Amino acid sequence: MTHAAAIAPRTSLGLDNRKMAFWAFIGSECLLFGSLISTYLVYKGRSVVGPYPHDILNIPFTSISTFDLLMSSLTMVLALAAVQRADMRWGKLWLFATALLGLVFLGGQVIEFTEFVHKGLTIGTNLFGCTFFVLTGTHGAHVAVGVVWLLTLGARALQGKLGPANAMTVEIMGLYWHFVDVVWIVIFTVVYLIQ
Amino acid sequence: MLLSARLVTVTGTGDAVPRHRLLLISTALVLAGCGGPFPQSTLAPGSDFGRAVDQLFTSIVWWAAVVFVVVETLLVIALIRFRHREGRAAPRPTHGHTVLEITWTLAPAVILVFVAVPTVRTIFATAGEAPADALKVQVIGHQWWWEYKYPDLGITTANEMHLPAGKPVQVSITSADVIHSFWVPVLGGKRDAIPGHLTRIAFQADTAGDYSGQCAEFCGASHANMRLRVVVQSDSGFRGWVKAEQAGPIPPPRASLAERGKAVFSRSACLGCHAIQGVSPGIIGPNLTHVGSRMTIAGGTLANDSVHLARWIADAPALKPGALMMRMAPPLTDADIAAVVAYLQSLK
Amino acid sequence: MSDAPRAGLTSWLTTTDHKRIGLLYFYTALGFFFLGGVEALVIRLQLAQPNGHVVSAEVYNQLFTMHGTTMVFLALMPLSASFFNYIVPLQIGARDVAFPRLNAFSYWVFLSGGLLLNASWVTGPLYHAGMLSVAPDGGWFGYANLTERQFSPGPNIDFWLLGLQILGVSSLAAGFNFIVTILNLRAPGMRMMRLPTFTWMTLVTQFLIITAFPVITVGLVFLMFDRFFGTHFYLPEAGGTPLLWQHLFWLFGHPEVYILILPAMGIVSEVLPTFARKPLFGYTVVVYSGILIGFMGWGVWSHHMFAVGLGPIADSVFAATTMLIAVPTGVKIFNWIGTLWGGAIRGTTALHFAVGFIAMFIIGGLSGVSHASPPADLQQTDTYYVVGHIHYVLFGGTVFGLFAGIYYWWPKMTGQLLDETLGKWHFWLQFIGMNLAFFPMHLIGLLGMPRRVYTYGPELGVGQLNLVSTIGAFTIALAMLVFLVNLLGIGRRRRAAPNDPWEGATLEWSVSSPPPVYNFSVIPTIESRLPRWRTERHGPMPDPPAVPPAPIHVPAGSWWPLVAALGIPVMALAPLTHTLWIVFVGAAILLVGIYRWAFEPFEV
Repeated sequence: MTHAAAIAPRTSLGLDNRKMAFWAFIGSECLLFGSLISTYLVYKGRSVVGPYPHDILNIPFTSISTFDLLMSSLTMVLALAAVQRADMRWGKLWLFATALLGLVFLGGQVIEFTEFVHKGLTIGTNLFGCTFFVLTGTHGAHVAVGVVWLLTLGARALQGKLGPANAMTVEIMGLYWHFVDVVWIVIFTVVYLIQ
Repeated sequence: MLLSARLVTVTGTGDAVPRHRLLLISTALVLAGCGGPFPQSTLAPGSDFGRAVDQLFTSIVWWAAVVFVVVETLLVIALIRFRHREGRAAPRPTHGHTVLEITWTLAPAVILVFVAVPTVRTIFATAGEAPADALKVQVIGHQWWWEYKYPDLGITTANEMHLPAGKPVQVSITSADVIHSFWVPVLGGKRDAIPGHLTRIAFQADTAGDYSGQCAEFCGASHANMRLRVVVQSDSGFRGWVKAEQAGPIPPPRASLAERGKAVFSRSACLGCHAIQGVSPGIIGPNLTHVGSRMTIAGGTLANDSVHLARWIADAPALKPGALMMRMAPPLTDADIAAVVAYLQSLK
Repeated sequence: MSDAPRAGLTSWLTTTDHKRIGLLYFYTALGFFFLGGVEALVIRLQLAQPNGHVVSAEVYNQLFTMHGTTMVFLALMPLSASFFNYIVPLQIGARDVAFPRLNAFSYWVFLSGGLLLNASWVTGPLYHAGMLSVAPDGGWFGYANLTERQFSPGPNIDFWLLGLQILGVSSLAAGFNFIVTILNLRAPGMRMMRLPTFTWMTLVTQFLIITAFPVITVGLVFLMFDRFFGTHFYLPEAGGTPLLWQHLFWLFGHPEVYILILPAMGIVSEVLPTFARKPLFGYTVVVYSGILIGFMGWGVWSHHMFAVGLGPIADSVFAATTMLIAVPTGVKIFNWIGTLWGGAIRGTTALHFAVGFIAMFIIGGLSGVSHASPPADLQQTDTYYVVGHIHYVLFGGTVFGLFAGIYYWWPKMTGQLLDETLGKWHFWLQFIGMNLAFFPMHLIGLLGMPRRVYTYGPELGVGQLNLVSTIGAFTIALAMLVFLVNLLGIGRRRRAAPNDPWEGATLEWSVSSPPPVYNFSVIPTIESRLPRWRTERHGPMPDPPAVPPAPIHVPAGSWWPLVAALGIPVMALAPLTHTLWIVFVGAAILLVGIYRWAFEPFEV
């Protein structure tokens, strides 16, 4: 991999192939989340039975989760910078820190979902339940994939197989992570803040 | 054939004439270049709605025909004139022509304006709003039959809608299960029946007649068997029908076969689904209070006679795949079926 | 030079060569095309006369559902994909696609999705269905709420929604791959406005794929949750609406129409200049109108929903946008005629099909304008009129375009020339057959026959027209037999194809037929839009030497795309069998595949 990256052929637009593919992927993901969020908005207020959003959404709790995820974007930036300048000690630390913050966010989501189920909101209770769980669940699945990816990169770093030569893999991971973060900002705003 | 279809109006009940004879007649007509009869032709409109659509379509067809002839002619000329021949000089490598490009961008755009303006005018003219005093009919699609309610007249019936000629009608459409589409081609365009939604069409039928239609949105196993009829009557004819419908069911004569049929009906699964005023309250299947007065049964697919009724009661899914009216367990005896048939036929 | 095995089953299972993957796509899609064709023939037999009894209502509904689904997702899209794979890298002067293993993955996922969908034909006994087939029966458009568990309790719709999701993964992966390939792997001097038109249309198509497929994925995920996990996305009882499905489906569905037609338009734009011996007239305009069609394809979806009653304002807006899309389409047709005009036209089979495309697509376009008008559409939608229309667009258009591509590029792809006489027979039979089959459908629809009905009464008066249509369908079948005889070389000696049998202008004709595994012994430098032709300013480009001057590295094959791809259908077995643990097995296979893929040494 190291070798391949080092002799990466010149590309027509000067942009790394994988990076360009990833931008295309992110464009595609925008449509995916766009459709999910649009459905949430279209069905907002159309539930025929409760619990309704204002009965159940815990804004302070989710604000902390949101802050946690924002911080993980910061550590992701730091991780990339460290790997790029060949500072693998900090590189490893920030990679694992990002994964940890991602795990904390997922833990928060598990706590939130469990509490909602106890309060009588399941995926089949009403339209709010359907749209809420499928939207935030899809986002959570993206975070989970990101955590696995981060841990894989971290493990590679521990083996000494990650360095500035393949910083592009970290950069692409970062793109994904920031995208997932931005999507959460939109979800948080649409679902939690604008009720 | 296309033009002649306009001259043809509708036939009576298709089932009254033996099928093979009708086939022969229509074959002969088509072979003779006359075509028809086409009871569901959209090209022989019988209402204001149908005519508005047909006029618009006709103008589009003419524009399309002109474009078709011009473009295909150019194509054929190019193919003939510029065939490769030995010894001819190599073609000039032209890359384009700005004036030509602008011309053939504007030309279709201009033609489309001539299509778009009458289109928008017709959209608003046929938006489904009838005058306030229009006859109101509610259409409810079911798998696979139609229910009609006349809220101002207190009438509920199935599959055969009766309307007065020359009077505006406001039809509001919905569905009890999946999406259907209410379509009587001669009387105008279709409109979907969507559960949880109320859609509307409005029209005014020109003349008395018997117009056939059918469900146009795929709705499951027997989509093809979800047919319907609209019986447009003279004013007095319609008033007579309303009066008959508003009356309760005719009680069967004492000790008749029909009375025994009523008893069988009342102790069988029938009453769970079918309503007969004063006898049973079911709402799942068609209301049978005046079933004897209808021309057809089984979603407009079978003639309403004793043979078909008996077969239908004995085994509905065999005649209409997927029919929700299941074979009764234990099955009714032939004698019981005959009695129920007599009873239903007495419900004029 | 290459450590990849070049023969045997293993070499095909592990191949990452875009040319081999292109051939795999071709043969698989052709198989599905014939399967979908047989389904169509049974449909036409049933409708050949009133009250037909060839198949039951249930089987008929499965047949028309699978015919549509198969033709769109398993035949036309992958046939286009076979040309994307085989031809695009050659046209841009590349050694392969940007991600060869992702390319293999796309193919294997496509194959597994297609097999899973069609497994439903024979798995009825496993579900105690009382019949052999439990094939999808909700229409290729799968309108909710008919597709909900309440109204479709069997596994039929499950096969459909899982199969389509799998096929979506394949298309998306290929989409990212080809976008990067076309934007990034162009030979020196191959500027964007020098790209061959087919490559341009491929690029537009890929952008449509990566934007349209996520929308249908979301629609299918909702349906899956409704059917398996008790949600109410399309259930009116809970406040939802089945119209949500229609919006999501057609937001995908209309771009999908352009996904199907743009590659064929690209092929026609290659074939006409070659055989008219004249550059494409108005190249820039053709390219930009293709891009414009791609964009406008997103703003017209509700014209599939005029009968829903969206209100006069929405109807007017969507009527206007739909009519507007006819403008760039018309511009393309005029430019094609402009290309032929003044040329020296050689009447090869490929040219026949390309011209057939124009002639038939015009009819499809014009009938399309008639239901762009909402009031007219209220009489036409869901009738055979629309069936006629889409077949003029997708058969007269896409299929003719694809056959033009097959006759044009087959010598390049296999090194063998097809027989031109048989080719002409094929063309004329198909041309006559399709007009017999599909033109009467316009009349049948106008005379009041709805589509998707397994039977109709003699009183409708459309029996004779239906019989004509059936005769047309069997004429097409005969044309396909002629094609097959030609393709398999039955009863004649095969003739080897030279590098450039047609005197083509683009790069694929500068290498041998079939090309060497590395494509170009030396990557060419491009100076004009028609590199192999003499133009005003440039002489023809010299062809690359037959023997590479220096060793060329060719990547070895890989098993891992196949392994990863296998994980996906295994996961789909979990809902089909209602067995949770299978999903973990599938996920594990997928993960192992991805990890081994990511960390195996593989140099491009």
